[in-house]
Amino acid sequence: MILTDDQRQLADMTRTFMGEEGTIKKQLRHWRDIGCKDGFGHGLWKQMAELGLTGLAIPEEEGGLGLGTTEAALVMEEVGRNLTPSPFLTTSIVAVEALKGSEQGKRWFPGILSGDTIAAFAIDEGPHHRPRQIALEAKRSGNGFALSGSKQFVVHGASADLLIVAARTGGSAGESKGLTLFAVPRDAAGMTVENVALADASKAARITFEGTQIDADAVIGEVDGGWEPLRRAMRAGRTGAAAELVGVAAGASAMTVDYLKQRKQFGKLIGEFQVLQHRAAHLFGEIEIARAATFKAAELLDRGDERAGVMTHVAKAKAGRVSALAVQEAVQMHGGIGMTDEHDIGLYMKREKVLDALFGDANYHARMVQAA
Amino acid sequence: MSDLAQFRADTRAWLEVNCPAEMRTPMRSEDDACWGGRHFKFQSEAQERWMRVMGEKGWTVPDWPAAYGGGGLSAAETKVLKEEMRAIGARSPLSSFGISMLGPALLKYGTEEQKSRFLPEIARGEIRWCQGYSEPGAGSDLAGLQTKCEDMGDHWLVNGQKVWTSYADQADWIFCLVRTSTETKHGGISFLLFDMESEGVSTKPILLISGYSPFCETFFDDVKVPKDQVVGEVNKGWDVAKYLLGHEREMISGMGLGSGSSRTLAQSLGEIDDPVLAADVALFDVDALAFAAMSEHFIDQLKAGEAHPAMPSMMKYAGTELNKKRHELIMAAGGSDALEWDSERSRGGKAAREWLRTKANSIEGGTSEVQLGIVAKHILRLPGA
Repeated sequence: MILTDDQRQLADMTRTFMGEEGTIKKQLRHWRDIGCKDGFGHGLWKQMAELGLTGLAIPEEEGGLGLGTTEAALVMEEVGRNLTPSPFLTTSIVAVEALKGSEQGKRWFPGILSGDTIAAFAIDEGPHHRPRQIALEAKRSGNGFALSGSKQFVVHGASADLLIVAARTGGSAGESKGLTLFAVPRDAAGMTVENVALADASKAARITFEGTQIDADAVIGEVDGGWEPLRRAMRAGRTGAAAELVGVAAGASAMTVDYLKQRKQFGKLIGEFQVLQHRAAHLFGEIEIARAATFKAAELLDRGDERAGVMTHVAKAKAGRVSALAVQEAVQMHGGIGMTDEHDIGLYMKREKVLDALFGDANYHARMVQAA
Repeated sequence: MSDLAQFRADTRAWLEVNCPAEMRTPMRSEDDACWGGRHFKFQSEAQERWMRVMGEKGWTVPDWPAAYGGGGLSAAETKVLKEEMRAIGARSPLSSFGISMLGPALLKYGTEEQKSRFLPEIARGEIRWCQGYSEPGAGSDLAGLQTKCEDMGDHWLVNGQKVWTSYADQADWIFCLVRTSTETKHGGISFLLFDMESEGVSTKPILLISGYSPFCETFFDDVKVPKDQVVGEVNKGWDVAKYLLGHEREMISGMGLGSGSSRTLAQSLGEIDDPVLAADVALFDVDALAFAAMSEHFIDQLKAGEAHPAMPSMMKYAGTELNKKRHELIMAAGGSDALEWDSERSRGGKAAREWLRTKANSIEGGTSEVQLGIVAKHILRLPGA
């Protein structure tokens, strides 16, 4: 795929913006070091809203830019390169995709556009991503539903105004039918939210629902028919996460290649050693391949091509494996300095680990490719 | 109807009439490939007819200019032709180093006379070419080559030896790197074409671990070559050679995609009862499908003129390593069935022989290590690489 002029412009604009405003020093380190409860800066999120990025995927008739997964991936790659913490993935990609075409969209899109609304998605219930195993129960109650059960790895869960919650209204564990997707306002009664800092200094909540009462109109799409919007949202989220992983890998490897050109040992630049050259060259190729797979998945999603499902799994698996290799090589090639908190390279390694787990790790997606 | 839609309709109708039914069945092995040339023994009348009609229409090289025997098709038309051929399962009418390697180099560096003389016969499959690059002392490090080419005034005189010359014993002509000066390593090399029937040329097949002999040793003993058969400038053959190697690497990198089937390895192997192997195959399919996406992207980049000149090295490296891995997995899945070397059941040891053949992928056309070195130097700009 060759980018269009508009896509190139968007990529250049975000690259400049993230490279100036979204840097590790200004954002990730800053919020981590002051112990910010959100793990990201609302100021940057507002700036992203002014640039139109928060509503990038919101349809034009609803005030957004009406762009697709490919454009979102271009933004995510720059987010990854700078390790920029923001709710773009959870809000502007996953929640927007889930809400698109629903009544709930009309309610939440204006806040997302203005940068006032943060959204989170609540899918996982155990330490591994198993969307078909969802057990959180949504029982008919009053004029709506009562939610009981728990979720974990709810990224930005404690900061979010809106939670996209996947629950079971029918069927049994292992089935995709009988799932329903809810748009739950953060102030709904009967929720306990534990804000947890992850290894990369991002925040993901554990949430317990104890008969949390939800109005009937909080249902996104159809009751028992939640798999369709959930799957769409997961595909968009996986592709976004894959693009962020590619950015993380590219950022870490660029930093490493620079280091190979500066660091001297045994009287030589270490970049002169063939063993390091070959590992760096291998890594370069793998990152290019992971990027190609990611943008292929995005392109197929945007075209509504039936092969998009498999390619999304390929992209997330490949990006996860390649990025893991990239950050591990990066820390190893930096040597002792790479183990210090002061150096940025370790931050790439931590971010990669979290992103790989998000929406299913490489093993999960490789199994999905095999089953396809 | 748009021009392209009309072209598609015409192409479909033409193929329907002209592509023999036998040529619409999948190739069983490399032996089914049609190589053309003066001495080629066609497997069937259909194979010969298919090559001839396609060659006459210029569709063996659809995007070459019609003036040089090509089809003169646009990129979009070429794509349509390929799609229509795929739709009926049509075999490639001609496998040819002339098409995939020499042709592009001639189009870029050849004189008008050379293009008019050589390209049409390449397109029609009349002359089978081999490639004389490697020597016993110069494999991937081609700058070390020694084959001597002296200017005798009215002709060149060639003396030396080549090795790993694919199908030299069946080729009609050779495109060959020779040393016309010893002053600089890369600077004194020229790119020479000559007839393998010239006096003083002899070949000897090399038996490989697969039991086949696709490669030869090739000897030149006082071979006389006409002066006008140097491509590009004398002593500047390295530029031609490098350009051609880029095409060779692109071609070899395609092997990472397997043999044209759109099925994943997991699908083609069927039920695997070993969970460890099943996991390996699943991870392989992730790599293979991602590489397929990269290949598409790479072709788009080439067409848009945006590909980095060192990218073929990356593609060759990744594609061939993938192909080796594929055949390791096929052997593992096949168990003792795959180890049979000569039975009817194993189609003459197809799995084992192909597995062994793939081991050359990361050696021929520049080793994997050479490709990685090129990426390190030209893309990553690492010091001293």
